[in-house]
Amino acid sequence: MSSSIQEQDYTQKFSLSLWRRILNHTPQYKPMLVWLMVCMGISAVIDVAFPMMTRYAIDHFIAEKTTEGLPGFIALYALLTLTQVVTIYCFLYLGGKIETGVCYEMRCQGFRKLQELPFSYYDKMPVGYLMSRLTSDSVRLSETVGWSLLDLSWGVVYLILSIAAMLSVDVRLTLLVLLVVPPLGAVSWFFQQRILKAHRGVRKINSQITGSFNEGIMGAKTTKTLVREKENLKEFEALTENMRSTSVRAASLSALYLPIVVSLGSIATAIALWQTGNMALAGALKLGTVMLFINYTVQFFDPIRGIAGTFSEMQSAQAAAERVVSLLETEPGIKDTEEVIERFGDSFHPKKENWPDIRGDIVFDHVDFQYQDGEKVLEDFNLRVRAGETVALVGPTGAGKSTVVNLVCRFYEPTKGEILIDGVDYRERSQLWLQSNLGYVLQEPHLFSGTVMDNIRYSRLDATDEEVMEAARLVSADTFIQRLDKGYQTEVGEGGSRLSTGEKQLISFARALLASPAIFVLDEATSSVDTHTEQVIQQAIEKVLAGRTSFIIAHRLSTVRNADRILVIDGGKIAESGTHQELMSKKGAYWRLYTTQFREEKEQELLGGKENI
Amino acid sequence: MPSKKKGLMGKLLRMNARWFLGALVCTLVCVVTDYLSPLIVAETLDRYLGNQESVLPPILLRLMPVLSDRAYIVERLYLVGLLIILINLINGVASYFKGRLQSIAGENVAKYLRDTLYGHIQNLPFSYHAGAETGDLVQRCTSDIDTARRFLAMQLMQVVNAVTMIIVSMTVMLGKSVRLTLISSIMIPGLFLFAFLFFRWVIKAFTASDQAEGRMSTVLQENLTGVRVVRAFGRQQFEIDKFGVRVKDLADKNMKVCKLLAVYWATGDAMSMLQMMITLIAGVYAVISGKITLGVMVIFTTYTGKLLFPIRQLGRILSDAGKSKVALGRIGEILAQPVEPKEKDVSTPPLSGDIVFDRVTFGYDPDHPVLKDCSFTIPAGTTAALLGATGSGKSTIAELLQRLYEPQSGQITIGGTPIQRVERSWLRSHIGLVLQEPFLYSRTIRENVMIARPEATQEEVTQAVRDACAEEFIEASEKGWDTLVGERGVTLSGGQKQRLAIARTILKENDILIFDDSLSAVDTETDAHIRAALKERRRDVTSLIISHRITTLQEADKILVLEDGRIVQEGTHEELIHQPGLYSGIFRIQSAAEDESGKEE
Repeated sequence: MSSSIQEQDYTQKFSLSLWRRILNHTPQYKPMLVWLMVCMGISAVIDVAFPMMTRYAIDHFIAEKTTEGLPGFIALYALLTLTQVVTIYCFLYLGGKIETGVCYEMRCQGFRKLQELPFSYYDKMPVGYLMSRLTSDSVRLSETVGWSLLDLSWGVVYLILSIAAMLSVDVRLTLLVLLVVPPLGAVSWFFQQRILKAHRGVRKINSQITGSFNEGIMGAKTTKTLVREKENLKEFEALTENMRSTSVRAASLSALYLPIVVSLGSIATAIALWQTGNMALAGALKLGTVMLFINYTVQFFDPIRGIAGTFSEMQSAQAAAERVVSLLETEPGIKDTEEVIERFGDSFHPKKENWPDIRGDIVFDHVDFQYQDGEKVLEDFNLRVRAGETVALVGPTGAGKSTVVNLVCRFYEPTKGEILIDGVDYRERSQLWLQSNLGYVLQEPHLFSGTVMDNIRYSRLDATDEEVMEAARLVSADTFIQRLDKGYQTEVGEGGSRLSTGEKQLISFARALLASPAIFVLDEATSSVDTHTEQVIQQAIEKVLAGRTSFIIAHRLSTVRNADRILVIDGGKIAESGTHQELMSKKGAYWRLYTTQFREEKEQELLGGKENI
Repeated sequence: MPSKKKGLMGKLLRMNARWFLGALVCTLVCVVTDYLSPLIVAETLDRYLGNQESVLPPILLRLMPVLSDRAYIVERLYLVGLLIILINLINGVASYFKGRLQSIAGENVAKYLRDTLYGHIQNLPFSYHAGAETGDLVQRCTSDIDTARRFLAMQLMQVVNAVTMIIVSMTVMLGKSVRLTLISSIMIPGLFLFAFLFFRWVIKAFTASDQAEGRMSTVLQENLTGVRVVRAFGRQQFEIDKFGVRVKDLADKNMKVCKLLAVYWATGDAMSMLQMMITLIAGVYAVISGKITLGVMVIFTTYTGKLLFPIRQLGRILSDAGKSKVALGRIGEILAQPVEPKEKDVSTPPLSGDIVFDRVTFGYDPDHPVLKDCSFTIPAGTTAALLGATGSGKSTIAELLQRLYEPQSGQITIGGTPIQRVERSWLRSHIGLVLQEPFLYSRTIRENVMIARPEATQEEVTQAVRDACAEEFIEASEKGWDTLVGERGVTLSGGQKQRLAIARTILKENDILIFDDSLSAVDTETDAHIRAALKERRRDVTSLIISHRITTLQEADKILVLEDGRIVQEGTHEELIHQPGLYSGIFRIQSAAEDESGKEE
């Protein structure tokens, strides 16, 4: 579905340095670009040569009424044709190669960069925006790199050579004819800029229309209940009317441009016809030369249009190009230091032999954390979790529970203070080391397209089928997987869409268990599942937690109760801490939360029991 | 269906007939003037410079007798130049109007289709929307319309253009030399067929590339949305490899398309240039042997050159024509869906009377009724609460009251008037329905609140928002009332959306208010606040509150318990807690919760 993505406005000034930066990201295509320009040059040479051939045919064969040398002429003509066809094939091939190649490179490099960028980057950027950088923006950019130079180099060579050819015949006449070039250039530049702007306007309204359609369809029920049909249609009609007039204006502008340059060009033809005609009448010029001038001047506007078009094309692709390049050139905020990479390897080339073993003793030592927009979440946060301990985090939304967990995973780093794992600041170890020892189950279980087997194995790629099934059995996912039509080989669909939420959760538990991590993080789902699945999941959680250092953002009372320690987080601080019994007897924040929760859970059982699964 | 498609296309053409005709005339002028310039050049070569016979058509000589006066022209050769400029100017003016007129026609068509579809979709019964796929519908409304527009705005005239060019050039050339005409058009059928068949043939390559792109997007999307899982398991390299395979596959498929297109253009150009060469050489022979003059040869070479490209385009357009037919067909399919029927014999009575459901049966699928002989009464001006398990039909009651669906049997009356006799829009605008998952429009908060009553005063708006407990978060947000929400704006939490929806509903004049579980996402305290404020507001409004919360339910004048499509219990809080059933069950949980916490103290 097309999400109506509207990103920053387009930059106005043409920027050559931007395109140079792009080429620096894809240096292997530079020689190909040179070849492409060579091809275009050759093609222009031949295009200039054809009128010369015609001239020769007229002045030699026709004027002298002889067929002498005709076979040679035909052979040469055929050779030129053949060369031209080969050249055309070559530049199309090269252009395609550059286009697809640059696009490929941009996507690969962009994707790699996305794997390195910290979550703070993802927080700022909706997935749709990131998607468009590697889809439409990359296409736009590579199209421009591949094809825009084509018109430019052809136009320049054609112009120079045809002028040279005419100069060789008559300097005065050529200069006379060339008088139309400056106005042609000026008009082209003027129009191309306006056309560019007009089309931007059209695209903008177009995305609004798409958005309105989306809204009209998604909001159909609300529209009916508010009886907004007429008003909505009226507003929509105003939008389409705007689209209509803007489009007509843009199209009219384009329709005006071509006739103007053609007419301007025809002035050159008229001058050529008049002057060469007179010279021919005076016997100073042969008819073939008359035709030569006419043939060149008739096409005068073509190269100039091409050159002007190149610049406006590059300009219009600039915004897309800038977005892609800025992604490639973003510095990842969370990076391992040189020494760490030296010793433990980076995320793509780990040096596992140097990795220390992990016990899972975690200490938050005077940790501050604030988001890049300045929002403070944690302040002077202290916590010690012993290896093997299960800690449940409870508290209102936005209190900082997720932040604590994200900091443990090093999805973010503390802005002040340090987090020690087994007594060492985790920034002295590589990110991959920590992640490899970490199990993580999300609130909304995320699965990838592929089979059930692939999805469980995601956490340990070298696990055997037997190990995968063992993990599934341990969390009791085995039963429902066996019932699927192809068992472990069943495709789960995009994002796991063919499975229910409960099933996806069980698979994600199996996945986490298979990795056998020392530290386990669980962001528990609130979604309601039936009582039976609830119990199965509960047992799965217990299995997974046994003997590991665990952090749980807990919603289920049973999970909370069973934790070794419960932390009530409020306003970025630990408001209460202790076991279930301790906290209940306090009758404080935990007690309130617990009783409300208890009631809602029971009601849910009574009323919504048949939902899901 | 096919007649329908043709009907739509014909209608679109007829509606814009004058623009299309205008564009057609301009196209003809363009083609004629375009073919005139080479004639003038030829005349110059043959007659003025060469003193041979005139090659101009007699009609032109009669129109401009001066052209026949060779001696006069030769003295003033610039006149020929001026004539060329004049012809180009006429051509330019015609070409501008052609472009403008066909764009007007195309954009009119697009506007008409967009408005019609939008209006139609909005007026489709709710049952259609419940089953439709948004993505597919939007696709039809955008890219299908664009395909139709492109066809009518450009391709149609390109076809006309190409056909006229063939006719005009053939007429002139045949008049000069039949033999040379045949030679000069020897490649034309081949060229046309080549273009036509080529694009049929490579459609597979295009589809393969589209599919590869879809697969790549999926991997990308899954990676971006699952970025936490990827990082948590340290699977960056694995993902890069996975994506790499897809990107490579897409690049290969695209390169294949590029290669095919390179073959197409190179082959087409080869055929075209070969034709040019044949024409030139045959022309040279003919001139040498005295069959034609130099001017005629120039006519043949220029005309042939002008014809080749439009022929290739013609082939491509005809090869693609199927797409526009399919697009129009898909649009027609939506338009063929029946809208909510026009109403006869309806009135606009006051809706302040008793609401009565009398043996109402309804199912989204008639074979599986949700409500079965459901009967109850809500006396005017009172508040009723509705309790029931998920799927018991609570929301259905709200939907039936608004006539989003019509019952299969039984009758719903308000103040004694069956609601089928009440004008739909009257009914809906006097029943305020707040949904559990309300939809906010992509506008500012202020516009969203005022959407059902744009004429409301600032005071009324502020009061409504205050009553809905939404004032605080509105003023806390960066742009306050002007914060853009919805698809293109900030994302609000479920509770914030619900509060805005309540504000916008209570702002309008309601005789009846329905809250369909519409406080589920706000906390209990806020819920109580809102209810107190509402009580203050609504005096003679009849209300129906659907909820799970006992605190909400117990305040109602009457509580209805819905089970299995029927009202199984009704009464006040006091009455119901003493009867066994769902209500007392829910009520007991509360005490149980207190027991539980007490036990462990």
